[in-house]
Amino acid sequence: MKITKNEVLYVAHLARLELTDEEVDRFTLQLNDILLYMEKLNSVDTSEIEPMSHAITLNNAFREDVVLPSISPELALANAPEAQGDFFRVPKVIE
Amino acid sequence: MELCEYTAHELSKKLRKKEVSAKEVLDSVFRRIEKVEGKVHAYISLMRETAYEQANEADLRLSKGESTELTGIPIALKDICCTKGFPTTCGSRILERFIPPYDATVIEKLRAAGAIFVGKANMDEFAMGSSTETSYFGITANPWNLERIPGGSSGGSAAAVAAHECIGAIGSDTGGSIRQPAALCGVVGLKPTYGRVSRFGLIAFASSLDQIGPITKDVEDCAIFMNHLAGYDPRESTSVPEPVPDYRDFLNREIKGWTVGVPKEYFIEGIDPEVEEIVRRAISTLEGVGARIEEISLPHTPFCVATYYIIAPAEASSNLARYDGVKYGYRSPDGRDLLEMYRKTRAQGFGDEVKRRIIIGTYVLSAGYYEAYYKKASQVRALIRRDFDLAFEKCDVILTPTTPTAAFKLGEKREDPIQMYLSDIFTISANLAGIPGIAVPGGFTKEGLPVGIQFLGNHFQEGKLLQIAHAFEREARIEKRRPDL
Amino acid sequence: MELEPVIGLEVHAQLLTSSKIFCACSTAFGASPNHHTCPICLGMPGVLPVLNRRVVEYALRMAIATNCVINRKNYFARKNYFYPDLPKGYQISQYASPLAEHGYVEIETEGGKKKIGITRIHMEEDAGKLIHDETNPMSYVDFNRTGVPLIEIVSEPDIRSAEEAVQYLRTLRDILVYLEICDGNMEEGSFRCDANISLRPRGQKEFGTRTELKNMNSFRHVQRALEYEIKRQMFIIESGGEVVQETRLWDESQGVTYAMRGKEEAHDYRYFPDPDLVAVFIDENWIAQVRSTLPELPGAKKQRFMEEYGLSTYDAGVLTSDRFLAEYFEKCAQKCQQPKSAANWIMGDLLKLVNEDKRTIKECPVTPEHLAEIINLISEGTISGKIGKEILEEAYSTGEAPRAIVEKKGLVQITDERFIAEVIERVIAHHPEQVAQYRAGKEKVFGFFVGQVMKETQGKANPKLVNDLLREKLKN
Repeated sequence: MKITKNEVLYVAHLARLELTDEEVDRFTLQLNDILLYMEKLNSVDTSEIEPMSHAITLNNAFREDVVLPSISPELALANAPEAQGDFFRVPKVIE
Repeated sequence: MELCEYTAHELSKKLRKKEVSAKEVLDSVFRRIEKVEGKVHAYISLMRETAYEQANEADLRLSKGESTELTGIPIALKDICCTKGFPTTCGSRILERFIPPYDATVIEKLRAAGAIFVGKANMDEFAMGSSTETSYFGITANPWNLERIPGGSSGGSAAAVAAHECIGAIGSDTGGSIRQPAALCGVVGLKPTYGRVSRFGLIAFASSLDQIGPITKDVEDCAIFMNHLAGYDPRESTSVPEPVPDYRDFLNREIKGWTVGVPKEYFIEGIDPEVEEIVRRAISTLEGVGARIEEISLPHTPFCVATYYIIAPAEASSNLARYDGVKYGYRSPDGRDLLEMYRKTRAQGFGDEVKRRIIIGTYVLSAGYYEAYYKKASQVRALIRRDFDLAFEKCDVILTPTTPTAAFKLGEKREDPIQMYLSDIFTISANLAGIPGIAVPGGFTKEGLPVGIQFLGNHFQEGKLLQIAHAFEREARIEKRRPDL
Repeated sequence: MELEPVIGLEVHAQLLTSSKIFCACSTAFGASPNHHTCPICLGMPGVLPVLNRRVVEYALRMAIATNCVINRKNYFARKNYFYPDLPKGYQISQYASPLAEHGYVEIETEGGKKKIGITRIHMEEDAGKLIHDETNPMSYVDFNRTGVPLIEIVSEPDIRSAEEAVQYLRTLRDILVYLEICDGNMEEGSFRCDANISLRPRGQKEFGTRTELKNMNSFRHVQRALEYEIKRQMFIIESGGEVVQETRLWDESQGVTYAMRGKEEAHDYRYFPDPDLVAVFIDENWIAQVRSTLPELPGAKKQRFMEEYGLSTYDAGVLTSDRFLAEYFEKCAQKCQQPKSAANWIMGDLLKLVNEDKRTIKECPVTPEHLAEIINLISEGTISGKIGKEILEEAYSTGEAPRAIVEKKGLVQITDERFIAEVIERVIAHHPEQVAQYRAGKEKVFGFFVGQVMKETQGKANPKLVNDLLREKLKN
């Protein structure tokens, strides 16, 4: 097994996804297949290769330090599932 | 012939000559939608009201002679492009009621050009899929065979163009999401060079791979759309300040003496014999107009799918973290504390395929696996790109099939992720390397399903792609058919 | 077994740019909730970050000022975690490739100068603010602070006491303020500090188990929290226990640190290069250009003040603690050519006036040239020191030139010996009792006579003359 149920649960927690038992079983099996498929990359020698994180090579894309008007708080909050006054409202954080 | 069946360049002439009005063209498109949308379901939402306002403005512009070639042309927008004041869902429940307070840069450009927005086209949820079956808003059917998938993720855009529910469409392509549905729906689709068309306002799937491009009825329309989409955008750090040519200049030119590379790794087991035959026919067509065909090798081709399905989910797992029920979109009513709200919102808001990719992506970035998966894939990606760099030293363009098979049946691969992922096998490499690719109709299978030819070019060589695609379109004389709807 | 504390500090400094790091919203402190937000800093779908050039310039200033090696090519990375004040679900920061590494600053300790290593300086975006409701199970989110530029300065574990930690923090803050890239305000949170602390037997190389301290909002908090934590860990180790690796919060009112509630999650931030941003490439020209704009730094300035002006360590320290105070001093000292007097006047009467008025030296109505004039008026004998103070106060409230005040008010010092002698004789004649006391050996009474003479002359008599003449007259 490349990945266990517990690892799927751990990763789902990192990603804040609640999974049903059925989903855990199914995803564990599918992820195993997928990760097995990815094993083929191990046959490629990459010891001298710089990782490529962009499709193109560009440096230094900057903007100047200029303030432009913000959007109104009404617009900022227009899509909020819950708001109170000018704040976004969320259920309390339980640490 | 109904007005909705014409191409953009044909309609543009009629509009400028005042033979028809923008309103009449739009009427024709909406009549068509009323007739076929129930069968095809290409759209998530229609923008009828604002479309008629835009048509009025277009007619005014046309009467003043201030038009562009897109003025008055009704187009479909993949619902991944943010439209100011109009819902943008990305095919997901989690964005069901999201109304962006901004336009994507391409939307601003198309508005400025006078194009008319017919509606937001259906797509795989967050563009994750190759069949438009993962949309929260229902599946889209292939206009050529309603039992078949239209391809994906820009399946709604391609189906709308093929079914004449619009004149042209905007799609996005992360691993083939423009070219694959264009091929399966028998239309033209172009994925530009990474950095050529602004991504600002394009809802991100995998930021280093995503690119917006046109889906059109023919190559000339594709060039017209590119003239309006391409260009540097200071709002995007990865936008490239490279001058934009007039892509129409590449039309009606010869390709005599060009070297067309045909990579041997693309003719693999599993490629449908009918598809292969159509591709071989395309090769001889090009030889017939003086192109030199050369077999080339892209040795890292067998690793593209694995590389892609590490990098794309990794970036996606991070890009989709913002959908947390706090600022916009869906929030589960069942969360009593913050953690529960997060977990339930995302469990209820995302579909199966999105969850699967978030889990893969989170896994390959997590402590202990980053090196083995994400870093390894980023290194193989460099080798894939190098393959192309070397190939383009020898040839002008590369020719490949767009897909291994014609459109498969609805539901056929839904439960088999790897088989689904392998249907992108010929298109993924262009995104990994950042190069442009175009899919053009190559013919039909015996069953009457369209098959596409793909041309790949070096960075910023969209002009060359349009040139050869146009030459091919001209010479291949593929029989004009209409989907029977 | 003697235990030695090992401390490393992580400092976050908000940079004084006008706009945020990746969007054009204002960074101004104190706006109404969510008034400084836009689709980019709210993390809306599809929007993209573009780096503010000034953030790089400011961060470079600090990197050069702290002797760091600049990474010519450095990248931004995403730090992934969920929290309501983090709208994108990740913070854009730098990880594998920070802006700068391997620097140091020098601090003053009882045992002399000490180098504290700087592991790295990197750029990142600040998070928003979460306000907890006391009565409802709700929290409220304000994204105004989201995207305000920060630099994080991570020290090596070179610090060995709470005093050193505070000294290091003061040094960093003075440099940041000198460079005009951070206002250094700990209360408003523009200069924040977390500490890692462990103990080990002196002489041992390996580190002990550390705790991370948070929630320290002033230098005093840092000092007290570290002192407390050193004692706490010492007690645990000496009684045979083991320190638990955890995050602890400082409670100023109780004077204790306490472990954060609940089970702490193992951090797995899944850093990877941010594909929405390109590499920051810093060439020699850019470094040279930033270097050329750096002001003289507090340490170097202090050293120079001691050598060039002959000031004490203490005086040089006070005068260089603020860049504008140092400038004020230098102008004044150059004008009057009496650096020690200038230092005394500035650190004493002038700062008292400014502080009482809740102003800064930059806003002081008395120019350094005017203060120099007062000092010169005294040294040339035109006025007494006492009158000097009055003139300073007058100049502070009116902004008038000292010489003009002297003339207007007729405050020129009386140096006429005959006149002063006459006054003294009058005073002696009126106070026979005190004269008898003085002559009987009660030296203290002398001050009384000085006071009387000054009163008669409205303070204008030259004090030295008054002293000399009085002693002479009282002798007989």
